[in-house]
Amino acid sequence: MRYETVIGLEVHVELSTESKAFCSCKNEFGSEVNTNCCPVCLGYPGALPVLNKKVVEYAVKAGLALNCDISLYSKTDRKNYFYPDLPKAYQISQDDMPICKNGFIEIEAGEEIKKIGITRIHIEEDAGKLLHGAGDEDYSLVDFNRAGVPLIEIVSEPDIRSPEEARLYLEKLKSILEYLEISDCKMQEGSLRCDANISLRPVDEEKFGVKSEIKNMNSMKSLERALEFEVKRQTELLLQGEEVAPETRRWDDAKSVTIAMRAKDKTYDYRNFPEADLVPIVLEPEWIKEIKTNLPELPDFKRNRFVNQYGIPKYDASVLTLSKDLSVFFERCAKDYKNPKAVSNWIMGEVLRILKEREQEISDIKFPPEYLRELIDLIDEGLLSSSAAKLVFEEMFNTGKEPKTLLDKLGLKQISDEDAIVELVNEVLANNQESVEAYKNGKSNALKYLVGQAMKISKGKANPKMINSMLLEKLED
Amino acid sequence: MNLYDLTLHEAHEKILEKEISSKDLLDSVFDRIDKVEDKVNSFITITKEKAYEAANEIDKKIAQGEIVGSLLGIPMAVKDNICTKDVKTTCGSKMLENFIPPYNAEACERLENAGAIMIGKTNMDELGMGSSTENSYYKITKNPWNLDMVPGGSSGGSAAAVAAGEAFYALGTDTGGSIRQPASFCGIVGMKPSYGAVSRYGAMAYASSLEQVGVLTKDVYDCAIILNYLYGYDPKDSTSLNIPHDNFIEGLKKDIKGLKIGIPKEYYGTGIDDEVKDSIKTALKAFESLGACIEETSLAYSEYSLPVYYIIALSEASSNFSRLDGVRYGYKADGYKDLDDMYIKSRSLGLGEEVKNRILLGTHSLIDKNYKTHYDKAIRVRRLIKEDFDKTFQKYDLLIIPAYPTAAFEIGGKVKDEGAMYMGDLCTVPVNVAGVPAMTVPCGYNSNGLPIGMQLVGKHMGEATILRAGYAYENNAGFTRLKPKL
Repeated sequence: MRYETVIGLEVHVELSTESKAFCSCKNEFGSEVNTNCCPVCLGYPGALPVLNKKVVEYAVKAGLALNCDISLYSKTDRKNYFYPDLPKAYQISQDDMPICKNGFIEIEAGEEIKKIGITRIHIEEDAGKLLHGAGDEDYSLVDFNRAGVPLIEIVSEPDIRSPEEARLYLEKLKSILEYLEISDCKMQEGSLRCDANISLRPVDEEKFGVKSEIKNMNSMKSLERALEFEVKRQTELLLQGEEVAPETRRWDDAKSVTIAMRAKDKTYDYRNFPEADLVPIVLEPEWIKEIKTNLPELPDFKRNRFVNQYGIPKYDASVLTLSKDLSVFFERCAKDYKNPKAVSNWIMGEVLRILKEREQEISDIKFPPEYLRELIDLIDEGLLSSSAAKLVFEEMFNTGKEPKTLLDKLGLKQISDEDAIVELVNEVLANNQESVEAYKNGKSNALKYLVGQAMKISKGKANPKMINSMLLEKLED
Repeated sequence: MNLYDLTLHEAHEKILEKEISSKDLLDSVFDRIDKVEDKVNSFITITKEKAYEAANEIDKKIAQGEIVGSLLGIPMAVKDNICTKDVKTTCGSKMLENFIPPYNAEACERLENAGAIMIGKTNMDELGMGSSTENSYYKITKNPWNLDMVPGGSSGGSAAAVAAGEAFYALGTDTGGSIRQPASFCGIVGMKPSYGAVSRYGAMAYASSLEQVGVLTKDVYDCAIILNYLYGYDPKDSTSLNIPHDNFIEGLKKDIKGLKIGIPKEYYGTGIDDEVKDSIKTALKAFESLGACIEETSLAYSEYSLPVYYIIALSEASSNFSRLDGVRYGYKADGYKDLDDMYIKSRSLGLGEEVKNRILLGTHSLIDKNYKTHYDKAIRVRRLIKEDFDKTFQKYDLLIIPAYPTAAFEIGGKVKDEGAMYMGDLCTVPVNVAGVPAMTVPCGYNSNGLPIGMQLVGKHMGEATILRAGYAYENNAGFTRLKPKL
């Protein structure tokens, strides 16, 4: 029996508004415990929520960018449950009338472009955070700084067919949200959180199988790995003729397994009902139109523009535009430059390599993108060899200084002076008689060795093209 | 005459004429409290020291010739479910025995800014749940007219305090009659404003979509004064309306010739005491003699108001009061074994029987399998009730109905018959369901000397008409307002 994987994602996104969803407290990550709270977000009796207009604006932005229908009339509801991190004992959310519906995202799975449906986007508030006493300390404390922070929940259709597609979907979603500048989208800090519903069904079967809900996936990689594990686990169960239990499971990144948390058949009754302390959200079509007009350029559009404008391959354009910061970085380098592909190579090669190595973001880069452009110019002018350029580049990363300054400081300026090259070549020829003989006996490989020797003596500074032609000239004599 | 017997506007005049000071008023009121509070039990908390501090400040200002606002220096009381900064606000519950809000309710803020002096927080049925003030965790408030009788509720402490001369006026809240019924029992004026007219910010929410902060006063003129301050948009309350209003005092002076008054027959059926009917009949004659046209009418959907009210009110209450969980403030039980046990013990021990009953009923209406037939249906029927009122107000400027089927009942009397007590709500509850304003005005006394009240019900945001009619009636009622003998 062959099975098809069916995945749907629920993504919670913390909106980066200045203030919280229903009060004027600062919406800020990493503040001192319980400093950003007030009677409203602490659920004091008598305190009343007032919806932050920015939250609605951000949700509408997301809806428009994700091709949704925007509801001109929606409302908020209360989701009731007791938990210490939930001050009012209910979460203000949207139940049956979300602000956005029926959207989609396009992902590129290989050559194919695939649409993943978005069922709905709704506005809700975040809860506080529990801090548990360590070891024998038998207590828990609550930090309410996050209570009332605005979230949107984006629910996909069960259109995703593989763990890879799930990752591509989430990457694309994150990318779009970053372009909109409505969230930090940091999975590690929890400003982007993803739960996955996953089930298997026999190929050609229409009915969905029993699904598991997977939680606690804190990176793109762990999303894909958790789902891969789950596909394997569920396949094995089904092949052995067993049933998949409807349950919520937690991904354990260290052990690389999902662990059952609780059964899903006992669904909790949240007693959803309209939030009477707030009025319905009624939007003017004009206002929506204005937001739509002012939407920034989005990744798909930008990718196509990069291909057309800079003549770089589609693959490069996709990588460069997935992150907004990266695309801006590229564009500042490549502007008015004759060979954008060279810029693309540098960014996709060295820039991304070092960032990954140092676990840094584009925003951590100390030097302006124009410096990379200057570096490439230096190579073009023959003042820097590409191997030396890499050293200069690494130093740019460390110090944020201009390439020219570093070039002098590191003494890496390329030797392109003809006399110096002649001298260098003569030295190499004199000291490597064996290789010279070998070359003359037809071993063309020996030339490479000799060039390498010259570069070594010059500490990488000699212009390799000049060395090459000078050596050839002398050997052919 | 004692100073505490003055109305708010009479006291204000005397302050303006520098005949008396704010301190004199406080002396008189606290003297009165010393004499009668033991019998009446109006207050949960008395803030004597703070009150004198405020009075001193105000007297200084007056001496320096500063402008004297109409509330300046006049003592008032606040129902204990309305948050007062740095003053304990218990909501009549053990759960909030030591709760000190760090903020003022908007209503208090506005009055304080106008120079009002709060002398204390008044007793109430726990969390506003009850109509006799017998359900308070702290004490049973007595009716100043007869100490064996209830003052009504849930704003019973506020009503008793004003009737007993312990305060010149008091703030209350009205979810289903909690201002108008006690005002009727205590022979004073009580106004439940239109839904959205007065900010609910800082009033501990019982049923968010039904209730309003309002005021209990000695006469209609005083009511207009306070309403001028309370009325109006507050950005902190999303349900408050941004609609300009006229000066209510200016409006009082107009006559009521040609005013069309409807008498909805559903409110005069069996169960309404004959003495209540007779008093209102006499009052209607007074209205006629002032030039108003009286006509019988019908509010056919009224009978559905009770189930609609109880489903909506208790559902919202079950959610609103879930925050009383002992985690951040309020009562937390000792010796719990885990998280669930902490919630269960704290709420079981911290909340009273009536409250628990109502929370259970409200929860029941919201659970998944009942939602469609209970809560959802109730909010649909509410729309019909509203439309019924709207339609009637196309024909009439005002409706007059009893404030309660009887005068005040005995302490312990009707509590045993909960059904009868709930039926009493029929007079007051539809007004909250429809969101319209209504004011109780005293209209006589029964054979036992207990006050009887009637309600003037206006269309949404029609407070000016209510006040004008109430004021005209009050000055031509044809009977002398008495004071309770304590």
